[in-house]
Parts: sequence; structure tokens; C-alpha cells
Amino acid sequence: MDASHAAAPAPGGLVSAGAGARLRQAAEYIAIPLFALAVSAFLFSLFLLALGHSPSEFFSLLWRGGFGTAFSWRNTLQRAAPLVLTALAVAIPARIGLTIIGGEGAVVLGGLAAAAIAIPLAGMVPTIVLLGCMAILAATVGAGWIGLAGYLRHARNVNETISSLLLAYVAIAILNFTVEGPLRDPGSLNKPSTPPIGRENMLSPVPGLEVPWALVVGIAIAIALHLLMSRTAFGFAARVTGGNPRAARAQGLPVGRLIVLCTAIAGACAGLAGFFEVAGIHGNANAALAAGYGYTGILVAFLARHNPIAVVPVAILFGGIAAAGGLIQRRMGLPDATVLLLQATVFVVLLASETLYGRLRFFKAGARA
Amino acid sequence: MSGAIGLATVGMTKIFGDFTALEDVSIDVRAGDFHALLGENGAGKSTLVKCMMGFQPPTRGQVLLDGKPVSIADPRAARDLGIGMVYQHFTLVPSFTAAENLVAARGHVPAVVDWAKERKSLDAFLETTPFRVPLDRPVRELAAGEKQKLEILKLLYLDQRFLILDEPTSVLTPGEADEILGLLRGMTDAGLVSVLMITHKFREVNAFARNLSVLRRGRLVGAGAVGKVTTAEMTQMMVGDAVPRPRAARVAHAPVADAKRALEVVALYASDDAGTPRVRELDLHVEPGEILGIAGVSGNGQSEFIEALTGQRPIDDGRVFVAGQAFSPTRGDFARFKVFGLPEEPLRNAAVPRMSVAENMALRSFDRAPIAGVFGWLKPATMRARARDLVARYRVKTTSIDAAIETLSGGNVQRAILARELSEAVDLLIVVNPCFGLDFSSAAEIRNQILEARNKGTAVLLVSEDLDEILELADRVAVMSQGHIAMTAPIGETDRNAIGRAMAGH
Repeated sequence: MDASHAAAPAPGGLVSAGAGARLRQAAEYIAIPLFALAVSAFLFSLFLLALGHSPSEFFSLLWRGGFGTAFSWRNTLQRAAPLVLTALAVAIPARIGLTIIGGEGAVVLGGLAAAAIAIPLAGMVPTIVLLGCMAILAATVGAGWIGLAGYLRHARNVNETISSLLLAYVAIAILNFTVEGPLRDPGSLNKPSTPPIGRENMLSPVPGLEVPWALVVGIAIAIALHLLMSRTAFGFAARVTGGNPRAARAQGLPVGRLIVLCTAIAGACAGLAGFFEVAGIHGNANAALAAGYGYTGILVAFLARHNPIAVVPVAILFGGIAAAGGLIQRRMGLPDATVLLLQATVFVVLLASETLYGRLRFFKAGARA
Repeated sequence: MSGAIGLATVGMTKIFGDFTALEDVSIDVRAGDFHALLGENGAGKSTLVKCMMGFQPPTRGQVLLDGKPVSIADPRAARDLGIGMVYQHFTLVPSFTAAENLVAARGHVPAVVDWAKERKSLDAFLETTPFRVPLDRPVRELAAGEKQKLEILKLLYLDQRFLILDEPTSVLTPGEADEILGLLRGMTDAGLVSVLMITHKFREVNAFARNLSVLRRGRLVGAGAVGKVTTAEMTQMMVGDAVPRPRAARVAHAPVADAKRALEVVALYASDDAGTPRVRELDLHVEPGEILGIAGVSGNGQSEFIEALTGQRPIDDGRVFVAGQAFSPTRGDFARFKVFGLPEEPLRNAAVPRMSVAENMALRSFDRAPIAGVFGWLKPATMRARARDLVARYRVKTTSIDAAIETLSGGNVQRAILARELSEAVDLLIVVNPCFGLDFSSAAEIRNQILEARNKGTAVLLVSEDLDEILELADRVAVMSQGHIAMTAPIGETDRNAIGRAMAGH
């Protein structure tokens, strides 16, 4: 720390406070990710050319499959919905300085818990009560799971990135054990699953809008969390802790409680994603819950620079990429993993682009040639 | 070791945007000179030496080495020419030992280091210097004073013949400072090195430097031989026409019957990060309206004591009472007992560098009315209005209250934090090295603020490595040595020698 401080030249000195200058600085946070996306598209085009495929065909199919038709939009939004929630599970802990990458575990356990509570309740209580119980339990289980990583960080100084990732594997193992053992529906032969919650209890899209409930709830939570982090004393304390834990302790802030709460909020978001997968898509819990939404959410959160609002459009973009995967596979004869490769390229380029912040003269308010 | 080299700048000018940081500065440091560079914060001293070290290209101007123009494109070029610098911030690798830091500094380290051989040559090298630094402990465990010694040792080890020192003694005790500067002066007298030292301390200039140059607002406003320029003249050149605020008078408080002690620490124990006990059975107390100055050589447990007191480090054993009641360093108790503080390195301990000035000024009050409303809902307008008021009242120089606090100069960060900590009623103020690295008038202003708080009845616990500061401010002095209080005395009943002896552990 000391060394880098001393070697760096004096910080850009003149910061004028004009609104235009502030706008320029804000533009940096949009322009650099867009630039990173463009670079990854270019690199991916090289990959396609090397395989003898046309990049223009790929990107036009990507557009058509993700956003070109009403059907593809529906598909895109359905995939985007859990991404909003799993990205929030990364973005919120990031504000307090933690890198949580195990959202997948909370998705899986949240989904499992929702399906499990539905077994005794389905048919006994009205749909709305059933869904409410499922959602609350899913969020609670998710909160406990990621909150555990936060607690270990605080109490035992265990690296939260590693522990949350390892906990995700434990969660997947618990899911597989449960659906193949104690909670297996005898009727599920090829694909071991819990008993279905019942077609009549499943969530349909929001009437009139034809978008999944998961997305509407996800956006509402994103807005609520944005306000929580930017406009409340809790969020302020979390940002102080994330920005300088030493100063936070010297201010007497309850650093441990803040860490556990932020990770629990994160886990609750991811757990809800699991609930929506069960109640909106699958109708039961099975291995399909571990579809990688938790991991793609990391990518979404980083591209959104951990801003809860920005998470929404980025999640829709990645939902579109995922939705177009099938079309690309069929039309171009490319393997299914191609889309994953595109995601990976975006992630690597994005991380590399982090070094650009603060270096481009254009965005420096007051800087003149 | 070959002889010293001389370095001169000719018409050095540096312009950032529309701000001229340095204008037509020509200084001449001859071979074997011990040259002091004086000036207030922002006078252009750092810019000048950065241009000489190749960190930034000058807009105009030249560097002459022994009279011949040289181009110094980057710090590596400066090093190859034999020009080395000790920075205000440490440039050591914290996880490396002193020995590893020295060997790594060479740049050309063999793939496999023969440590037995290196140790022998390092020991031989150390024999030639009076500095004693433990070679085998990680640098992060060393005290600030030891780190600074190691920084200077590093330059000597690299055989640099022109040394630029940026406030090298700010973390040292007067004894250590005299020792280091005396050694350097001896080496310049022997024609082994030349020294260009940025400093604020007139005492050191008068005692050790041979020549001096003074910068103000980017211009060279005076130069001459030490002894020919008086201290009053130096001050005049540095501060120009600005009149520093008059020093607050010390108010004598009438003794109050059954007044509760503002702070009482009983048999406190605390350990460093490695678990080594650093504070052992420490007892002290501070009365309301009194400044207790804690003197001591750095690394005698002062940092650990303050960190334990303010919640940055667990207390192993012992009790802390504030206003007669048990105190724990939580946000609730800080607010209830009105305990505030000005820790050392405020950007590291008391501020969030990337948050704005306004937000940093709200760190104490954001979760209370009037900034926080129902359910902790923040009122940014109130927060900003308060910050604007504090910025004006405490004369914090910032382009905007929305600028990140890390963009402010050191003195202004200190002022901003002090404004925050003194803006409400304060019963106990914990202050550590408040003027570290500040220029003359900022330091005077901050000391005045502390004294004013004391006059209003605040109890002040002042930990300082600058004995002059303690002698100036404290009502009572306590000396910390090896983790406990070795001596306490009212300031009128002791002197520099007695304190020095206690600091040395006698």
C-alpha cells in the first residue's frame, strides 16, 4: 500500500465541480463496460473465424434469438429474472468489501426448501399462502447459507470467496442427496425430483405484461436495495465498512453485524431465485436447479459494477445471450458451450478493463490537453 | 564508495492544466552540500523533487549533474545516476524482513539468493552505520521510526550519492533525528554524499543543513547559507504575508470538588497482530480540561494502546472508565460519553478515502438526527449543508464537498477530520500525532484547535512522537516505555532531559 502510494504521481489535482464534469465522470462507468463488451465481441469474432464461422451470422442470430421476436423476449426475460437476483447476491456484499461467489448454493437450497415445504402444504392451504410460505422459507434458507460465509469471515477470518464457493458444492450435494433419497417423488423416474407443487399452484406471468413475476419482484428488490445502500444509515455504514474497515471500527460501527447482515441479504436474494425457479419454471426441485444462474450472476454484478439498478439491464443482456444459445446451436452447428465461451470472454475482458478507470483523460473532469 | 555528486535545476517549471505548480525554480546543490528545501504544503517542494527524480517531466527547465545537463526520464534513470529518495510514505514491502527489503532493493537479485553470504555483507554494511534495525523481522512489525531508518539505510546500501529526503524525521524522536541527520551531515562533510532535505523543522535546518532554499506558491523566494538567514526570516519567506491565527491562551480551570475523571485506564493489556503483548499493565487518567501528553519512542506500545482504546484492537485485559463509568469502544458509548478522536494517518484510520468530503464529515453523525430520519432514512441535503458549514468554519481547502476526500492534501484531510470530531460537544478527545507531515501554519492551527477544546473543558489524551509538541500543548506528560507508563509529571515540574531519560528506559 505504502509503496504504491509513494510511486504514484500526484492525483489528478484539479477537480472542478461543474455538473458537466460530474456527468463526464459518470459516463466513465458506462463507456468502459461498453468498450469491454465491444472488445470481447471482437475477440469472440476471431474465435468464430478460426472455426470457419461467420461472426455477422452469429451476432444476428444472437439478436434474433435473444431480442428479435416476442417469443425470444419472453425466453430472455425468463432467464434474466433469476440473474437479477443472483447478481444482487454478489453486488450487495461487494459494497461492504466482500466477494461472494457462492450464490449458486443459496439458489439450490432455496429452491429445495421451497419445494420441501410445499409437500405437506400443497392442497391444504390456498395458493397464495402456499407461495408465501415457500418464498419466505427459500429466502430464509438462502440468507442463512450465505450469511454463514459472512459469519465465518467475521468470527474466524475465513476468506468469504472460498467459503461461499465451497458451500455451493455442499448445497448441490445436499440437493442431490435429498431429491434422490428422502424427498424423492416415486413418480420421477429418469430425473429424480421432489413431488410437484401442483400445476394449479404455479406462478403464471404477470397478467397484462406477460413478464415473469420473478423479474418484477427482482426489479423491485433491486430498487429497494439500491435505496437501502445509498439512502439509509444502514447502507452508509456498510459503505464505510467496505471503504475502510479500520475507520469503521474506530467509529464504533458494528462491523461484524453489518457483514453478516449484508451476506444474509445476498443469500435471501439468491434463495428467492431458487423459489422462483421451482414455483415458476420446474414445479419441483431437481438437479436442474443448479443451472449456473449463481455463477452467471457474478458476471452480471461485475459488469454492472455492483450497482443494484444497473444489474437489471445487464441481467437482461445476459438472459438474451443464454436464450439465443439454442438457436445458434441449431443454425450454426456450434456446440452448446459456445455461449459459455462468449460469457467467459466478456468476463476476462471486463476484469482487464478495470485498469482503465481513472486513466482516460476524457473522463477526468477539468483535465485539458 | 565514490564521491558526492552535485545537482542543480535551471528554470524548472511545471504546469498542470491551468495550474502552475512550479515556476522558474533554479536551485543549486553542490557536491557535498547538505541543502534544506523549505516551504509550506503546496509550495511546490514535492513537485520539484518529483521532476528531479523523473516521476514527472517538467514543462520547462533542466537538471544539471555536476554542471552537465542530464535527462532523467524515469526514476530508474535517476537511480542509475546515483540519485535516491526517501519518501514521506514508506516504500518497503511489509511482509519482507529488513534484510529481504535491502536485498530486493538492489534490483538485480540473483535467482537463488545465497542468504549466508548476503547476511555477512549486510552485517558488514550495517557496521558502517549507527542505525540498528532488526534484520529478521517482517517490516510490518517494525515501528515507524525503525521503518524510516530502514528507508535511509536502503539508499546508503544502494550507494546513492545524491539523497533527496522528504521530511525524513517526522516519525523519529529528537534523539533519533539528531543521530540520523548528524550521520548524514558527517557523510556530506566527508564528501561522500550530497543531501537535499525537505523539512518543516527550523531546528534541524539550523543544526544540520549548510544551505537552504525556500519555495512559496511554486516560486523560489529565498536562498542562502544557514546561519546567515535567521529563523524569523525563514518563517517570513515561507508564510509570506499570511498572518497565522494567534495562539489560544491557556485557561486555568478551578478545581471542582468530586469531579469525575474524564478517562481512567486500569491495568490495560493489549497485543499486536502477531499476538506479542505490547501494552502491559498500563494505568493512566485524564482530568476534564487537561491535556495529558504521552511521549515515547515509537514502537513502545502507543499505537496498540490507542487502537485498543478506540476499538480497532481487542483489549486483552484491564478496564477503561470514562466519566466514572465502564466504557467499551462501541458507537453507542462513543456518542453517550462524547468521545472523539483524531488518529494518526487520518486517511487510513478516520476516513473512507473514496467517499466524498461531505460523507466523511458525516461519519460520526449519519445515524442520528438531523441527518438520519425515521428508519435511518438519510437526508443528503442536511448532510451536505453541515459539511458546507464545517468546510467554511475550519477552512478546509477542497474543490467541492462532493470531491473524494483522498483528493485533498494531507493538511486538509486532517482539518476535515478535526472539524468533524470537534463540531459537537466533546468530553474526551484522543489525538495521535496530529501534525505529522503538516506544514507550519496548518500545524499551528490544529494545535490551537486542540488547545481551544481543552479550554472549553474537554479532556485531551495526546500521543505524539514530537516532544516539542507535547511540551507546547500538554498540562501533564506521561512517558510510555515498553508498554507501560514509565513516568508522569506536571509539565512545569519536568524537563526535556528527564523525559528523554524516561523515554530511553532509565
